[in-house]
Amino acid sequence: MLRLLLAAPFAVLAMPAHAATGETVNPWVALAYLVAGVFFILALRGLSSPATSRTGNRFGMVGMLIAVVTTLVTHDIANLVEILIAIAIGGLIGVTIARRIAMTAMPELVAGFHSLVGLAAVLVGWAAYLNPGAFDLLDPGGAIDPVSKVEMGLGIAIGAITFSGSVIAFLKLSGRMSGSPILLPARHIINLGTLAAILVLTAFFAHTPGAEANLPFIVALTVAAFAIGFLLIIPIGGADMPVVVSMLNSYSGWAAAAMGFTLGNSAMIITGALVGSSGAILSYIMCRAMNRSFLSVIAGGFGADAGGGGDGEAREQRPYKQGSADDAAFMLEQAEKVIVIPGYGMAVAQAQHTLREMTDILEEKGVEVKFAIHPVAGRMPGHMNVLLAEANVSYDKVFELEDINSEFAQADVAFIIGANDVVNPAAKTDKSSPIYGMPVFDVDKAKQVFFIKRSMGGVGYAGVDNDVFYMDQTMMLLADAKKMVEEIVKALD
Amino acid sequence: MDFITILSIFVLACFVGYYVVWSVTPALHTPLMAVTNAISSVIIVGALIAAAAADVPGAKWLGLLGIVLASVNIFGGFAVTARMLAMYKKKEKK
Repeated sequence: MLRLLLAAPFAVLAMPAHAATGETVNPWVALAYLVAGVFFILALRGLSSPATSRTGNRFGMVGMLIAVVTTLVTHDIANLVEILIAIAIGGLIGVTIARRIAMTAMPELVAGFHSLVGLAAVLVGWAAYLNPGAFDLLDPGGAIDPVSKVEMGLGIAIGAITFSGSVIAFLKLSGRMSGSPILLPARHIINLGTLAAILVLTAFFAHTPGAEANLPFIVALTVAAFAIGFLLIIPIGGADMPVVVSMLNSYSGWAAAAMGFTLGNSAMIITGALVGSSGAILSYIMCRAMNRSFLSVIAGGFGADAGGGGDGEAREQRPYKQGSADDAAFMLEQAEKVIVIPGYGMAVAQAQHTLREMTDILEEKGVEVKFAIHPVAGRMPGHMNVLLAEANVSYDKVFELEDINSEFAQADVAFIIGANDVVNPAAKTDKSSPIYGMPVFDVDKAKQVFFIKRSMGGVGYAGVDNDVFYMDQTMMLLADAKKMVEEIVKALD
Repeated sequence: MDFITILSIFVLACFVGYYVVWSVTPALHTPLMAVTNAISSVIIVGALIAAAAADVPGAKWLGLLGIVLASVNIFGGFAVTARMLAMYKKKEKK
């Protein structure tokens, strides 16, 4: 025992670890995977504050390194060079993408990455099916254990759903596919039928001994799972994407967990559980912030009737006040306290840098500036925070909905840039409104409201008119967000 | 490991995940998604096992492809998370 403790850790790991002949698994290997799992927990723990987050990210890398090295040293490798080349190719692509990607494109990047995890899970599941011996899945009779087959089938199914769902989410988020919901007739029946089929196929797969006999079942379940991922996401509109991206995040975790069950690998199970719960919690937070049930988002079609963009025929033309950049600059200078509410429009216009310039000038002039961020602003959780961080806005000036909402009563100016539904008072008063019950910013309590918007024609994704446009204290600044802020900056100088 | 041991680890890890994720500040939810993305690519372990064994060529190639995909995610995920986190700064109060 002492000799074992003194030996270099990886020399210990390199001891025969395989249960191929029915020996017990080397406990040091299990321990190494457990340590990797703990590092992953620490990685997420670090994200509780920006100050500790960078250390957390490094813990994640260490955990991954431990998991990979442990796997490599405990298996007989036929050809290490091929494996290293594969890692190098993937690593190079990954790092290049990570360096080049624009911060505004984060949602589609994350969706794209989810699809890779999903596809990798499918590949691993299939590899385990084709070569069960390498994964220690064979019972003494030389057949795959039915429990392992259930886990394998579920892993492949969840992975395939994650893959095709994420591909659709990626296409919608990157604008390569229309963000509007595509509604098939009888889609609920088709979806439920496909889901049921996957479960039945998994059961048949598990209970059919012999690779030749059960091959059709695993092929069919893989195809059905790819189809259901596609069918589930196409009816969901662009603005529900924060929920979808979180949900797919969760699925990618469950896929890893299912594979962890197959391999009896604690690092994969812990990670899968962490990622799975993380995505689930984010989906819940997003749904709560929209006052919608998870099921109604998944059922899809939100905004399908009115999403055409203000085509409600008999909408009365109400009077509104339009202002110029000079007016806005003048009043901003006079203000004591300004609260900025950014939304997806700011991301689209890439206005975050100019916005920060504007707030810097205002702060130099002694104006207190705060940023207010709604949980569903943007296309993924925390999207606005990343953009503001990119533009060098100090994070202690950025506040969440519940922390800042009471301050609008003392604010001189509420500066809305690219947001719409999150300031719509109809959510509080109009029971017939599709966004009724959604928590919104009380901008009507601010002395002045500046609303930067491209034109009066478009409405938010919910397709509802916004009373804030027509309030006495509201000044509409109709222009591209970036151009308008640039002009305000010029006028302030 | 027997099924119950694995299940215990899984259930307990779900609870750990639940509490750890609720403590993540909303401002870091995008980096959270990016880093969970990277760590869920621990699935590379399965791909490595498949690629290491040479006896079934089909499984080996699936494994190698899996390694490429998971590596894109691991390197890309951690790198983009690091890039984002580097931007979260508090300005020095003068």
